[in-house]
Amino acid sequence: MQQIFNFIFKNSNRLLFLLLLGISLFLTIQSHSYHRSKIISSANFLSGGAYEKINNVSEYLHLRAQNDALAQENAKLRSLLFNVKDTSSIPKLDSIKGLHPDDIIVSKVIHNSFNAHENYLTLNSGSLQGVKPDMGVINSLGIVGIIDDTSPKYSTVISILNINFRLNAKVKKSNHFGSLGWNGKSTGFVQLTDIPRLAAIRKGDTIVTGGQSVIFPENINIGTVDKIYIDNQTNYYTLDVKLFNDMTNLGHVYIIKSKDREEITNLEKRGKNE
Amino acid sequence: MNSTLFVNIFRFILLLAVQIIIFNNMNFLGYISPFPYILFIILYPVNGNKSGLLLASFLLGFIMDIFSNSGGIHTTACIVLAYYRPYIFKFSFGLSYEYQTIKLNDVLTPERFSFILLAALIHHFTLFLLEAFQFSFFWDILLQTLLSTAFTIILCIIIIYLIKPNRR
Repeated sequence: MQQIFNFIFKNSNRLLFLLLLGISLFLTIQSHSYHRSKIISSANFLSGGAYEKINNVSEYLHLRAQNDALAQENAKLRSLLFNVKDTSSIPKLDSIKGLHPDDIIVSKVIHNSFNAHENYLTLNSGSLQGVKPDMGVINSLGIVGIIDDTSPKYSTVISILNINFRLNAKVKKSNHFGSLGWNGKSTGFVQLTDIPRLAAIRKGDTIVTGGQSVIFPENINIGTVDKIYIDNQTNYYTLDVKLFNDMTNLGHVYIIKSKDREEITNLEKRGKNE
Repeated sequence: MNSTLFVNIFRFILLLAVQIIIFNNMNFLGYISPFPYILFIILYPVNGNKSGLLLASFLLGFIMDIFSNSGGIHTTACIVLAYYRPYIFKFSFGLSYEYQTIKLNDVLTPERFSFILLAALIHHFTLFLLEAFQFSFFWDILLQTLLSTAFTIILCIIIIYLIKPNRR
């Protein structure tokens, strides 16, 4: 007994180190698995509140760029409005199919990360505003990410710049679809893999979200094709897609509630269970 | 004794705040991000309580992780650095470092530089290894470690000089 106590006293430092190392490695490994730990996320009260304070100040530095983006979006929407031939049939507020105005939550990015392999954003609206995990996040230029976790007032988003991010996307003009992901290298480019060789693709083609995703509606902009190469292993095309969004500079975003999502997932689950 | 405690608490909060507000937003060329908050561990008193340092660095890394949404990578890197700090001291300042009065925040000498370099290297390598979590990114990790270490060291030295101008 004496010896055990002596051992503990002598090695108290090492034991403490091992204990703390165990805890931190546990947290690390948990964060890399799909179901992330709920404690360590910037959606909690402490860090969410701090980020909101910081953002309130830094927001002023980006006002000009934000105004430009808003003006451009307004111009685009106006052109849609005025170019309708029959003025009596003003188009629905949103031309995206299956989407109603009350399905969109306007939110603001209060923290943005882009220098890790697994990047997350923090938004200043949470479950009180109706945000739920797995909702899509877009802005006026294109897609931003998918809601990962929510707290009452804040929520975190898996950025499109996250090596675990996967999304069904297609080439706008030819409807060939593939899987969109990020290889962890450049913040301006994502990769679209598994495009069949039959597809006639040229540099500059637009890539949009595909219809297979239940998170995003179809035909939301992602980016343009920048480079085309053939994967040695699969013989499919891999495309480097230049994002429309500058992911390092995000302001206001829209969170999309998809009503069909629950119905589709329920249906698919039912099919599997039988 | 009490004043060193307060200096350390003050340093802890200040470095964390500066890191989160300013340096976390820096990202040159998509690779290089500095982490000068490890100055807290580097500047901790040489003969200070080791368990205290371990616990403090755990807390330091934990707060960093909460703010950067990164699970436990900063926590792990910080306590690894805190645990190996005596060995780095031994390497840089010689065996009898405990009996000398080492002041790190002073004029830059080769010993002090090698200490900061090794500390930053160990911390950054652990950090980036755990952050990528895949060996397929190994060369990326090495490159990122080297470049970020250089950047961190430059910032650390600048901060040391800014806070402690040598009075002669």
